[in-house]
Amino acid sequence: GGFSFENCKRNAVLEGEANKVGCSMPAARKTGTTICGVVFKDGVVLGADTRATEGMIVADKNCSKIHYISPNIYCCGAGTAADTEMTTQIISSNLELHALSTGRLPRVATANRMLKQMLFRYQGYIGAALVLGGVDCNGPHLYSIYPHGSTDKLPYVTMGSGSLAAMAVFEDRYKPDMEEDEAKQLVRDAIAAGIFNDLGSGSNIDLSVITKGKVDYIRPHDEANKKGVRTGDYKYKK
Amino acid sequence: MLEETGPEWLSEEVKTGTTIIAIEFNGGVVLGSDSRVSAGDSVVNRVMNKLSPLHDKIYCALSGSAADAQTIAEMVNYQLHVHSLEIDEDPQVRSAATLVFATLNGLLTRQPFAVGGSGSSYVYGFVDAEYRKGMNKEECQQFVVNTLSLAMNRDGSSGGVAYIVSIDEHGTEEKVILGNDLPTFFDQ
Repeated sequence: GGFSFENCKRNAVLEGEANKVGCSMPAARKTGTTICGVVFKDGVVLGADTRATEGMIVADKNCSKIHYISPNIYCCGAGTAADTEMTTQIISSNLELHALSTGRLPRVATANRMLKQMLFRYQGYIGAALVLGGVDCNGPHLYSIYPHGSTDKLPYVTMGSGSLAAMAVFEDRYKPDMEEDEAKQLVRDAIAAGIFNDLGSGSNIDLSVITKGKVDYIRPHDEANKKGVRTGDYKYKK
Repeated sequence: MLEETGPEWLSEEVKTGTTIIAIEFNGGVVLGSDSRVSAGDSVVNRVMNKLSPLHDKIYCALSGSAADAQTIAEMVNYQLHVHSLEIDEDPQVRSAATLVFATLNGLLTRQPFAVGGSGSSYVYGFVDAEYRKGMNKEECQQFVVNTLSLAMNRDGSSGGVAYIVSIDEHGTEEKVILGNDLPTFFDQ
């Protein structure tokens, strides 16, 4: 039993051979990214930037990185865009079936287990680094999930290439039991730190505020990089 | 030129770095660990409790790859619970140990004390010199805290706070010792 990694070996060989003749494999679209989450008094706030990169080129200036898992659980994704998209969709689907079977609102710990067990099964080949947050019968919860399948349950987490910039903001200003507005401002500032100090992150700031019985999906919360209005005109007047 | 690859921890595996130690005394055991989890040069979690419960009175200290260690601890925790329902009593420690070492294809050996993780190299001398047979629970806890503190000071991959778990016939006691409460030695 278990997953067969034969094709991974084959792909590595093919990539080596292609590089020898001067070709290169198409670069996977990555989300570059700054994503983060914070637990506050009544729930969790998740935040993300909106830039998707293909190598050094911005492939999408306004992509959505906060994915739906269940009515009370959302998940931000960093790493390979296709992997985060599909992984969250698969677990969302399985969790819906699971909830129908239990007759209860799904728990964040359940989503965490499903995600970590799937990512572990693929031994890190699925490049999905996730920030999972939600509110269930046991209160608000926040997890960070790494591509190899390890998870951390913490009051504040950051992921992605801009995570160091965002974590610097959190370590400075996080307090337990913040109010909703304080928490939103903190997350906004953390993502902004990533957007302005990391090349892999940019554009706007999306927020998702999850509380008991309500989800505020704010896209965008802050258009930090609005395209300027052209002030002059080079057209030759007739 | 611009560096595109991003932080290596995005592709690097998350390791627990770590210093872990366990010691047996007459009537129970004391386990201790640091709290640092690193991926490459980045610390991704500075407060991780690496002492994972396999059952009410059986704990396991984790080191190495975070994903592998967490997965094994969770799987063995589940299997031990099923096993204890089947035998209708608390599982034996050696059952837990066998489940772990069989999964890892490793070595199982009973010892009065053990150290592990990247930080253990720095304290082998200390534990060999300072360990005495017949310590009581408080002396064991102090020994564990001293060892952890020394290792955390010297090993870059260990740090944060110290977690101590003491298990005896009366029950399990979990304790956290924050950074500034750790014992200090020469040069601090």
